[in-house]
Amino acid sequence: MTASLLAHGGPRKPPLRLFQRVEPYLYTAPSLVLIVALILVPLALGVSYAFQDVQLLDPLSGGYVGLDHFRDMAGDKAFRGALANTLWWTAASVVLQFLLGLVLALLLDKPFRGRGLVQALVFLPWAVPSFLVGLNWAWLFNPVVGPIPGWLTALGLMSAPTNILSDPALAMWGPIAANVWGGIPFFAITLLAALQSIPRDLYDAAAIDGASALQRFWSITVPFLAPTVVTTVLLRTIWIANFADLIVVMTNGGPADHTQILSSYIFTVAFKQLDFGYASAVALVLLALLSLYTLSILMLRRLVLKDHR
Amino acid sequence: MTASARRLKGGLRAAALSLYLAFALFPLFWLLKVSVTPNILLYSEGIRMWPSRMTLDHYAYVLTHSQFPVFFRNSSIVAGGTAVCVTLLAALAGYAMSRFRFRGKAVIVVLMLITQMFPLAMLVAPIFRMMASVGLTNNLLGLVVVYTAFNVPFATFLMQSFFDGIPKDLEEAAMIDGATRFVAFRHIVLPLTLPGIAATLGFVFTAAWSELLFALMLISDNQVSTFPVGLLTFVSKFSVDFGQMMAAAVMALVPAGFFFLLIQRYLVQGLTAGAVKG
Repeated sequence: MTASLLAHGGPRKPPLRLFQRVEPYLYTAPSLVLIVALILVPLALGVSYAFQDVQLLDPLSGGYVGLDHFRDMAGDKAFRGALANTLWWTAASVVLQFLLGLVLALLLDKPFRGRGLVQALVFLPWAVPSFLVGLNWAWLFNPVVGPIPGWLTALGLMSAPTNILSDPALAMWGPIAANVWGGIPFFAITLLAALQSIPRDLYDAAAIDGASALQRFWSITVPFLAPTVVTTVLLRTIWIANFADLIVVMTNGGPADHTQILSSYIFTVAFKQLDFGYASAVALVLLALLSLYTLSILMLRRLVLKDHR
Repeated sequence: MTASARRLKGGLRAAALSLYLAFALFPLFWLLKVSVTPNILLYSEGIRMWPSRMTLDHYAYVLTHSQFPVFFRNSSIVAGGTAVCVTLLAALAGYAMSRFRFRGKAVIVVLMLITQMFPLAMLVAPIFRMMASVGLTNNLLGLVVVYTAFNVPFATFLMQSFFDGIPKDLEEAAMIDGATRFVAFRHIVLPLTLPGIAATLGFVFTAAWSELLFALMLISDNQVSTFPVGLLTFVSKFSVDFGQMMAAAVMALVPAGFFFLLIQRYLVQGLTAGAVKG
């Protein structure tokens, strides 16, 4: 291939400068046009809907209503419930995914026989589409075809094999369990990559100096992992707070809104009640909360990094 | 460390890993088990680990008497089309991000990062209205367009990381010899990036194959349903036939599993490049 290019002859004069200047934009333009048309324009529209009365089936709707939607939200019990559930769902999922993922990454860090195979198999849940994760776990919790109710009864944790997904007090644990199952590989993979980039000599040197395994973990592993942990936990929190698939598939927000989170509530309002204005207002609140969370984490990180310097 | 302490540690590690393996694989095993259990045994044998008699009837029924082959075809078209479009666009954009320095590059990076951060639910209503106004609801092309836009940012970061790994000298040598940059890109850089392209195809295919909420919203006609939508409708309508549903679920897993094997090696690079796919 290079030979045929060489055959074209000696060096030519440099191409027009104008072309060189627009060239990068030619490469990026197709992607940018698509992103602007299908993400940024709808995003702007969505923000404007939050202050409008937009009903799908009502052609007369569309007038500006100011802050009415937000006032309605203050008195909306379902919204307040969804807000509390979002915190609970996100915190429980992130903490469990992170801790179990960290332990798995530590277990996989040192070489042993068959590591490649074990790694491929434990990471398999990552490949399972989220709607299948939801269905799979809904069936596991189903007393007719699933083993979990029977096991919980045998362990004495449940008086009779019933479906926890229809129990208001316990239903949220169903989607959380499914989410943890599907999410452990993400943390294990990213933390494993970070662990393997730690120079091995550091551990050897510390061992020669007489540091115990625990001391080595606290003074070498933890500081090296910290930046990855902050980034992955931040991204994952945002992602999970927005992640409605499992809830939609497993409980559809029920029983009686007990598993409704903000993102699933947005879908319910938009596609069951067809109230696009109110749905967009709820989405805007979710966006504001997540931005606030991101900013505070980034500021916290800056503070911590400053202290270390 | 003494030999017995080391053996104890190895034993603990093996025990812990076995627990993880059991947790990761059991749900999938159960799916497979119910899908091959004859209906009469499903209720009588309860939670036995394996049925006393196996059957492939559920698979046969799903393949011949249900709409799942149609859903399967629709999903393949949507996921395949999206994967090809995204990879093409992301290869171009990723190449520009890797090789050029230009005005507005930082803006593009920020723009792409923003698309990964805000709730997609924010786009539900506007996208539905926009697609309806151009007649792209209940349309596979509409899904391909939307999915392509959603996946381009991540795929661009991913492709950029692959291009960054290829020395600039190669194409610069070709350009000194008179090739245009685009020719050098096509004939020298792209062939070297083939594994990266395969990984990007795999990532995007898996994402598009799994997408549920936008498909639920944009598709109401069974003839153009994708697999997730079809399976969910099936579940809510005929929630009694567990064997058939699980047989369908196992079949939906096959393409995802295949692409997982394809991209397994790139998982670490991919997730650290974008760190967004769930």
